[in-house]
Amino acid sequence: MIHPNVKLRPDLAAIAAHVAPGSRVLDIGCGDGALMAELEAESRCDARGMELDGALVERCVSRGLSVVQGDANRDLANYPDKAFDYAILSQTLQTATRPDLILDELLRVGRRAFVSFPNFAHWRTRAALMFGGRMPVTRALPVSWYETQNIHHVTVEDFRDLARIKGAAIERAWFFSDEQQIGALAANWRAEFAVFELSR
Amino acid sequence: MATSSFYHLPQPLPLDSGQALVAAQIAYETYGELAPDKSNAVLVCHALTGDQYLASPHPITGKPGWWERMVGPGKPIDTGRHFVICANVIGSCMGSTGPASLAPDGAPYAMRFPVITIRDMVRGLVALLDGLGIAQLHAAVGGSMGGMQALSLAANWPERAARVLVIASTARHSAQNIAFHEVGRQAIMADPAWAKGDYYAADAKPDNGLAVARMAAHITYLSEAGLTEKFGRRLQDREAKGFGFDAEFQVESYLRYQGSGFTRRFDANSYLYITRAMDYFDLAEEHGGRLANAFGGSGARFCIISFDTDWLYPTAESRHVVHALNAAGAKVSFVELRAPNGHDSFLLEHDQLDRVVRGFVE
Repeated sequence: MIHPNVKLRPDLAAIAAHVAPGSRVLDIGCGDGALMAELEAESRCDARGMELDGALVERCVSRGLSVVQGDANRDLANYPDKAFDYAILSQTLQTATRPDLILDELLRVGRRAFVSFPNFAHWRTRAALMFGGRMPVTRALPVSWYETQNIHHVTVEDFRDLARIKGAAIERAWFFSDEQQIGALAANWRAEFAVFELSR
Repeated sequence: MATSSFYHLPQPLPLDSGQALVAAQIAYETYGELAPDKSNAVLVCHALTGDQYLASPHPITGKPGWWERMVGPGKPIDTGRHFVICANVIGSCMGSTGPASLAPDGAPYAMRFPVITIRDMVRGLVALLDGLGIAQLHAAVGGSMGGMQALSLAANWPERAARVLVIASTARHSAQNIAFHEVGRQAIMADPAWAKGDYYAADAKPDNGLAVARMAAHITYLSEAGLTEKFGRRLQDREAKGFGFDAEFQVESYLRYQGSGFTRRFDANSYLYITRAMDYFDLAEEHGGRLANAFGGSGARFCIISFDTDWLYPTAESRHVVHALNAAGAKVSFVELRAPNGHDSFLLEHDQLDRVVRGFVE
């Protein structure tokens, strides 16, 4: 069920396995372009990327990928409506200034959207806060509160609520713990990471 | 190995002004071998005061080619793989037809030379490509005014380049850009030796005016931090201020040297015409006022690069181009590189620039 390519992070592998071949894809926060390269090589996709970090953009461009240095909070506005079959936002939602507005933009520029994020309601996170009384530093959220880029922590249930408020249909969802896919049962407790496929 | 050639345009070159340039010629250098299917040609477009001596010594100054660090065997633009062409633009003064060339009546054009545009320059380059039998370039590459030509080629002849690389450039000249150019033009025209452009037979040329124009422009190519680091307030060959108007500060001495050196290799009237062409450049205006329209028909891949300390063509101008390319659905990459030296950074040592250029042009 998960794409066999072990080099990809599990959430990216789940996305790669479910993007229809030949699609036009925008990968927002594309990092070093691992997912884009996979989609272009394996699924003949026309993949474009957006990335804030110039050093990562340079790595993407020097490997032949089309990546624009830009800020998802601002630069998505220039893409036409439904310019892409899929807009992908992997592990970036929780760093956005306004995640709700980013979600609107994803669903505007893409016919479908994939969103992945670390689940703040995972039992480890809950336990760290409950018993430690401090902002959790866990395997999934390894950076201290004062230097993390994650300014809008979100849980699986929060995300479902936001999707409903935005009128987005959840087409599919995948959950991960310890790099392995797990079932949807009690995902808000058990999942370290979640991937949602949305449409509107 | 470089090959120097002239191409004589078989037809008059139509110009945006409505005039035509008859019996025009284009001087160009080539490096590497053109593949039998002519698929490996890379056109490098030069900047305002650049020329075709991309990677071969300049015949007047004897200095190495202006982009020798970027173009050559095994370099980011690899002449072992690509047939690299660099042509002197029309209006310039290094062998292509310009104001110093002889008009059909046998006298130099001088100010009778028609006012040209960036698109006219590119029309000349396209005529050269036709003459070489190159239907589609592997890549069109340019920095500064060279980038304007690459954008103009992509917009007006979208089938002629598969890749378009634009470095430290813009799709339009801003009021500030025009203002600096006007200072330069006025410096030339205020020089009595300019003589309304008719100085080619005279003993004196408007070297003083041209040098001042170059000095003003040169400041715009650098960054304040770069100037401060290089010169600060240091004095030149003296211990204390002289209470006079010699070049007492190092930065003054440097600018004077840049100005006077420039007059040895450049024609003042060419400077007037080419700066005018740049000031007229507004790619959106040519395409109904919307820049995205300029790229509607393009299947090319684009790469846009800016430098964070370039205040002549700042990153915002590159972003403006990128947004238009996004809106047009074009395949585009964009990166703002960090560099201390302002606009001139595209000509200087920069490992990241090299990697991006190599990755994109390959």
